[in-house]
Amino acid sequence: MPTIDTLEWAMLETLIYGILVGAAIFSAIQSLRADSLLRSAIWLAGVSVLLSIVFYLLGAYQVAVIELSVGAGLVTVLFVFAISVAGDEGIGERSLVPKPLAWGLVIFSGLLLIYFILPIKAPLSTISKTSLTAVFWEDRGLDLLVQIVLIYSGVLGLVGILAEAKAPLQQSMVDEVAAERERALQEMEQTVVPEVDSPI
Amino acid sequence: MNISPLNICLLGVIGLVAAGFYGLLTTRNLIKVVIMLQILVKAAVLGLITAGNISGQLYVTQSMAITVIVADTIVAVIGMAFAIQIRRQVGTLDTNELSSLRG
Repeated sequence: MPTIDTLEWAMLETLIYGILVGAAIFSAIQSLRADSLLRSAIWLAGVSVLLSIVFYLLGAYQVAVIELSVGAGLVTVLFVFAISVAGDEGIGERSLVPKPLAWGLVIFSGLLLIYFILPIKAPLSTISKTSLTAVFWEDRGLDLLVQIVLIYSGVLGLVGILAEAKAPLQQSMVDEVAAERERALQEMEQTVVPEVDSPI
Repeated sequence: MNISPLNICLLGVIGLVAAGFYGLLTTRNLIKVVIMLQILVKAAVLGLITAGNISGQLYVTQSMAITVIVADTIVAVIGMAFAIQIRRQVGTLDTNELSSLRG
């Protein structure tokens, strides 16, 4: 038989989760609606911070820390860098697909999700005894390999993409060098010929 | 309906998926497409952690979530590098202007 204190605590817990998740959804919608890309990136960092608090409350401490440092820190810095390089140009209101179609698809997928996953009867569980280190290094070794390969390919891709493009210019440069040599030859002929002619 | 914290988390997953999906469908700016992808992946990570809490195997789902976050960050980095290169080569970030195939 739960006492009033535990009931109040359960309500308070639900309220905290509700506020955090509601604020995360609000931030996501603001990120969607923001006119400037910079504001959109900052609202995205807000989503990340709020979700990392939710992860911490759910017991996923390591993921909370990684989400906070990578999601709210590194990715935001990357976005600000990319926006400052590529420019914060406003692109008009006209959307990629018609807005009624987009709304229809979103509502349809949301209803499908609600049908399949809600409601959950299980209570908040306590954390199992094994540690993340044991699971991460012993059971999920493949994940670690995948992460190493991903980071390596990401760095390679980044270097390849951000390298200066020179290949398409080579043909025109060859033409230009040939034309310049041709011009120099003509100038030499014009200057040399009078010298040869003058003694005669 | 019994509103428990886990149900609220699942409602959050649905809300974030809806926001990210709608943004992905409507936006034409390349960098904003990457931002919307980030929101979708955050919804997936929240779903993973909630599922881990429900099943009691939080550590397994945590290691999966770490993999997802790493992959997502790589996707964001490559996406932004593409956006910068496209801006340099084509001069715009509008996805409608990118296609050079005119029918």
